[in-house]
Amino acid sequence: MPSLVNETSNVKSFTTRKRKTLFSQIFKSRTGVLGLFILTLVVLIALLAPFISPHDPAKVDITATLLPPSWVEGGSAEHLLGTDNMGRDLLSRIIYGSQISLLVGISSVVVAGLIGVLIGLVSGYYGGWIDNVLMRIVDAFLSIPNILFTLVILGIFGPSLITLILVIGATNWVNYARIVRSEVLSLKEREFVKAAKTMGVRDFFILFRHLLPNVVSSLSVVSTLSVATTIILEASLSFLGLGIKPPDVSWGGILSDGRDYLATHWWVATFPGLAITITVLGIILVGDWLRDIFDPRSNIQNDI
Amino acid sequence: MKYFIKRLIQAVPVLFIISFIIFSLVYMAGDPVLLMLPEDAPQEDKQALREALNLDEPFHVQYMTFVGNLMQGQFGKSFTYGQEALPIVLERLPATIELAFAAIFVATIISIPFGIWSATKKDSLGDVFISGGAVLGKAMPNFWLGIMLILLFSVYLGALPVSGRGTIFHLILPAITLGTGIAAQITRLIRSNMLDILHQEYIRTARSKGLKEFLVIYKHALRNSLIPVVTIMALQTSSLIGGAIITETVFSWPGLGQLLIQAINTRDMAIVQASVFVVALLVIMMNLLADVMYRFLDPRINLK
Amino acid sequence: MNAVDPLLQIEDLKTYFYSGDKVIPSVDGVSFHINKGEIVALVGESGCGKSVTSLSILGLIDSPGKIEGGRILYHDLDLTRLSQKEKLQIRGKEISIIFQEPLAALNPVFTVGYQIQENIMVHERISKKKAKAKAIDLLIKVGIPHPEKVYQNYPHSLSGGMRQRVMIAMALSGNPKLIIADEPTTALDVTIQAQILQLLKEITEQQRTSILFITHDLGVVAEIADRVIVMYAGQVVEQADVYSLFDNPKHPYTKALFNSSPKMDQIDEELTAIEGAVPSPFEKPMGCKFHTRCPYVMGKCKSISPDLEENNGHLVRCWLSTENAKSEVT
Repeated sequence: MPSLVNETSNVKSFTTRKRKTLFSQIFKSRTGVLGLFILTLVVLIALLAPFISPHDPAKVDITATLLPPSWVEGGSAEHLLGTDNMGRDLLSRIIYGSQISLLVGISSVVVAGLIGVLIGLVSGYYGGWIDNVLMRIVDAFLSIPNILFTLVILGIFGPSLITLILVIGATNWVNYARIVRSEVLSLKEREFVKAAKTMGVRDFFILFRHLLPNVVSSLSVVSTLSVATTIILEASLSFLGLGIKPPDVSWGGILSDGRDYLATHWWVATFPGLAITITVLGIILVGDWLRDIFDPRSNIQNDI
Repeated sequence: MKYFIKRLIQAVPVLFIISFIIFSLVYMAGDPVLLMLPEDAPQEDKQALREALNLDEPFHVQYMTFVGNLMQGQFGKSFTYGQEALPIVLERLPATIELAFAAIFVATIISIPFGIWSATKKDSLGDVFISGGAVLGKAMPNFWLGIMLILLFSVYLGALPVSGRGTIFHLILPAITLGTGIAAQITRLIRSNMLDILHQEYIRTARSKGLKEFLVIYKHALRNSLIPVVTIMALQTSSLIGGAIITETVFSWPGLGQLLIQAINTRDMAIVQASVFVVALLVIMMNLLADVMYRFLDPRINLK
Repeated sequence: MNAVDPLLQIEDLKTYFYSGDKVIPSVDGVSFHINKGEIVALVGESGCGKSVTSLSILGLIDSPGKIEGGRILYHDLDLTRLSQKEKLQIRGKEISIIFQEPLAALNPVFTVGYQIQENIMVHERISKKKAKAKAIDLLIKVGIPHPEKVYQNYPHSLSGGMRQRVMIAMALSGNPKLIIADEPTTALDVTIQAQILQLLKEITEQQRTSILFITHDLGVVAEIADRVIVMYAGQVVEQADVYSLFDNPKHPYTKALFNSSPKMDQIDEELTAIEGAVPSPFEKPMGCKFHTRCPYVMGKCKSISPDLEENNGHLVRCWLSTENAKSEVT
């Protein structure tokens, strides 16, 4: 028995070592820290929106329409970033917009992840005709641009928050399926899976207890970067008028409102875009940093 | 060649799945007759039109009819244009392709020198700026970038037209808008490929011949690092067209994207179906081309 | 073999690498010379600095490495002080190099013919057609069958031996006075190895080209070299002509190398691996660098580094032979 004790202590020291390097790596990467900082800030803003927002984001004030930001001539301290065409406070709208962005971004990634992981696991593990059929479906989904796909479905069913999340989820699972499948393909040739199989462990158990935990690291990288893509996708859809509908506030929607007043009132279209860019930037930096930690030589493509 | 034929055959089931997706979407969209006829049209007229359109048949019969028509290039009449949908879609295609090529051109001339510079001068100030700029380029939603470019070049400087198609000047802003994201991605790709390749022994061999450093980099290293870039570019057709759809809306560029958005808003399903199918076909063809090109460009892969 | 006609003379060469705030003295005060038409073998385990020495000659040390001291005299030219432009005129023309792994050393996306032709056109004002004809002549010279066809081939489609012949053709294309061969036969199997060695030998005889032959294989040394230099931990520890060295290896490290390599006439004798490992480049021992692994270690060895001392043209860096020499004199 002493050997066993030895082994577990080895394992323990290995995991603590790993954790230690993980911890030190956070602060090694300056861009990673920046990304984490931005992301934390955006999450806090979203959570604390009711407390920090200076105005009701939906409150119309026809006496104060299209006010410029406070530092520009004609601006007032009351509306730090100015107001839109209906006199609504831009800063408050941007603060509330972060809620929608993160909500849609994260929930649709969860939906997409669930579908994709399941299909990837099944496809990679069973192989054969199941794999063949599933992969042709993946090919079909890949050949229709995401935005096109979601636009058409939203056009048919009509936009709402829930539809938006489900539709983005249902069209974005493909990446997860491919990554999980390729990892499973190599994992299932490994000793521990073969051993489990010969010992008669049930497929369900192998899939979720042996294979799934091994794909978590690459999944975390892909999901992080997907949240970034999805936030842009949601903003694009709302910009085109097929995403979030009032009274919910979306950055893409504010931007779309501001576009009509671009020539004379630059701030309405500028600030929400800045908010999207900064948020997405933070997420990409965190995603890149995660990838460097988990697999410095990985080739996961993060296509936006 | 044999490989090419094999890939071509593989595309057939994918096209079938796409046709199924397209058909199902429209099937779920509900009764088109209500849209095609005025609301107060007599019940008999509605019923007659339904029968004429085979709408009373069960799902699978309707689908078979759809596939049959599709093979003859018929998607039905667009009720807004009163003509067959496919020619209308194909008429818009050149504008979108023009925009896509212009964007790729912009992306290429930016990303190759920048990618090489930041790889050869790794960790220099220039590299920090280029790499940072690349992340920023990925983080910016392209519709916002487009609007900001309009604000700067059209509204303030009055240098370039805001919208429409015609002269080369009309093309500049849309091409930059669509090209920036691609440029960001290729710059990152070239940088990481170059960093890897500059450590290869054949680079040392090239130097040992007395070749000028410029030739070592731009001939021996670049040729190698461009192989995956060309492939990945072709594989990005899907997101390129996705980006084009939004860019076209921002600049009122009379391409496929603009047509599609109009069709979705007016529920002109024939146009929607035809556009989705044309785009998917285009993407599949480009993916095939990517595969063939990769084999052609990299002599290590045996064509036979 | 007249020692009065040196082509290349290295004096107290120091090439250091930097890692963070640590300094790695990969080549630490190396001196030797190569005569015209001579084949000099540079022998040692991996990490002893032999490849770094050869790359220093061509000025191909990449950062974080740097030549920190010494001179490399080619005729009267100090190669360490050349401008970038002057270096380009030396490389591939006066001095060329053959690397260990031809598949890695040839660019995968250019035909082998083009890669030879390129070397010719860098250094000669000559038409493409003539350069191609010359490249094909070179392919014939290095014994490649169907040279016109091979010219069009990409490196990956040739066999290992063929690739190395291509590398040799490329190295010859500038009519160099010195060829550095960095373990050119290590990646090849034995029969091909012999052919390549034969080829290199013929070339030196025909053209009076000198070769600096880098290897860790003493069998190969016996086959090809006129003179042998043994390196350990960035220093030369022994230098002699090939006969003296094989008859009478003096440095304990050289002896250990002989004991660890198989010999034809001693089939049943057990091979003894050299105890211990090459010292970490970060913490080279005090005194004699080899004392941590030396079976004859004495107190003195641990604190004072011995000098390279000459005795009848045989140079050794060891306290043991210094003492022996002294006792012979007295």
